[in-house]
Amino acid sequence: MSALGLYNYEIVIVLMMTGFYVVIRSPNLVKKIVGLNIFQTSVFILYISMGKVADGTAPIVEEGARAYSNPLPHVLILTAIVVGVATTALGLALVVRIREAYGSVDEEAIQKQDRVG
Amino acid sequence: MSAENLPILQVIVPLLAAPVCLLLRNGTLAWALATAVGWFTLYAALTLLGSVPEGGLIRYDLGGWEPPWGIEYIVDRLDAYVLVIVAAIGALVLTYARASVAREIQRSQHAAFYAAMLLCFAGLLGIVITGDAFNLFVFLEISSLSSYALISLGRDRRALTASYQYLIMGTLGATFILIGVGLLYMLTGTLNMLDLAARIPELEGNRTAIAAAAFLVVGICLKIALFPLHLWLPDAYTYAPSVVTAFLAGTATKVAVYVLLRFLFTVFGFDAPLNEWVGTLLIALALAGVLVASLVAIFQDDVKRIFAYSSVAQIGYIVLGIGFASVTGLTATLVHLFNHAVMKAVLFLALGAVVYRVGGARLADMRGLGRSMPLTMAALVAGGLSLIGVPLTAGFISKWYLVLAALEAGWWPIAVLVLVGSLLAVIYVWRVVETVYMQPRAAGATEVKEVPWHMLLPIWVLVAANVWFGIDTDLTVGTASGIAAELLGK
Repeated sequence: MSALGLYNYEIVIVLMMTGFYVVIRSPNLVKKIVGLNIFQTSVFILYISMGKVADGTAPIVEEGARAYSNPLPHVLILTAIVVGVATTALGLALVVRIREAYGSVDEEAIQKQDRVG
Repeated sequence: MSAENLPILQVIVPLLAAPVCLLLRNGTLAWALATAVGWFTLYAALTLLGSVPEGGLIRYDLGGWEPPWGIEYIVDRLDAYVLVIVAAIGALVLTYARASVAREIQRSQHAAFYAAMLLCFAGLLGIVITGDAFNLFVFLEISSLSSYALISLGRDRRALTASYQYLIMGTLGATFILIGVGLLYMLTGTLNMLDLAARIPELEGNRTAIAAAAFLVVGICLKIALFPLHLWLPDAYTYAPSVVTAFLAGTATKVAVYVLLRFLFTVFGFDAPLNEWVGTLLIALALAGVLVASLVAIFQDDVKRIFAYSSVAQIGYIVLGIGFASVTGLTATLVHLFNHAVMKAVLFLALGAVVYRVGGARLADMRGLGRSMPLTMAALVAGGLSLIGVPLTAGFISKWYLVLAALEAGWWPIAVLVLVGSLLAVIYVWRVVETVYMQPRAAGATEVKEVPWHMLLPIWVLVAANVWFGIDTDLTVGTASGIAAELLGK
């Protein structure tokens, strides 16, 4: 396979590492959630890429189509996207509550408050 | 209701009862429904354990779709055994919950609380029973998302940050599992675990398969809270409502250990060359976890936190047995899975009773409680003895098999380290006992009474289980050694 053939997977790795880095390094709780989203999205692309069959069309039975793409990974990822949305919503709801309780969304500022109190 | 539908009823009943709880709005009714569902799942799990033939399977095709195309529920003896653990802890904790929840959680949130408990419960049962790798991920997220919500309900504001940390780490872990499952699907074109198990041997030495295994093991170990991936656990257990702590300590990490067993032994197969370094790595991390977490536990002031760190250490013992990959080692793992669930449930429920009466579970709060809450404190001591592994308690049986497994493998230093871990447990349990029985109640502290009988009953049922399974080991060791032989294909 040529280098261009792996283009999707290269993007997956770049996105995965970007998201992972943001989750680990950013002290801002909202940005961490954004990083988590990028990380999850990279996995969605990984699944969608593997469903592609060379020269395949959309998996709908029609005249003249010889190969179809695999629809299963797409369906799986629909479920995973729903899970991702739920996680994001819950995470952001927690951040709202944390902001109410501490008046900050900065990890270090929050830890400092707890150490004093 | 026919017996052949039990595998699906096991999951669907708690799943459907959750929204009903929310619609009931009334906390007491929701509690009654949740408790009834808990006992029903225990009945279903025990029936399944009784009806699985030795070395055989019960299979259930969802919606009549034939596997490997459709999702399939598979119950072998390992599944049934873990189902019984989860359902028993769930039923007892829910029975206990009412008074404790009434004290610790706002009235308006009671119905939602029980709904979230049932969702978490359904998710955990689903993980165990499903035979489909992707379905497992979905159930994992159902249980995780509801447990983040449950933890955030703790009264201390640190419950919020604890829940947030767990959300970040838990989602990373679950996404790692998703990547692993995706890579396996790329290689084999199937998601059915038995089908995967049949196809993976053909891939011997394939680099993608090794990457898939690595992603899966790391992701699952985050969920298990294996040292050094345990960072979310102490805060989550300390600040969550008492009932939630007892429930999660008894079930969530146990189910994650089950997932590790399932993937390492059933899907990847014991003989894979991969397992050699995984085994060594697990042993090293498990031992580090036992020693470091036990040492840290000694220096904590919040008793919930002491036992949270002790959980990390106990998880070390459980994973240690997996690392040996021998029948005795796996027997120790499976027995300790059961015993640890029983002992930690006692300890955290007893601490819940302390929080109910005193309002906190720091060592300073618990001075002199031995006199005013004798039954609760006696249960705490019984749980502590079992944790240490004193003979005639369940904990002793687990340690015994673990030491046997280490000696069998010819690694006596590991046996010594297991005993050192027990000695460290003596120190932190003693700190609690000393505070409770030998120190006087702080001057000016309000007088406290024993908790009501409906809280004591589940605690003492679990204490009885701790003693019973320390003497009669037929159910635990008998079943566990059979399962261990099945997993290793002997």
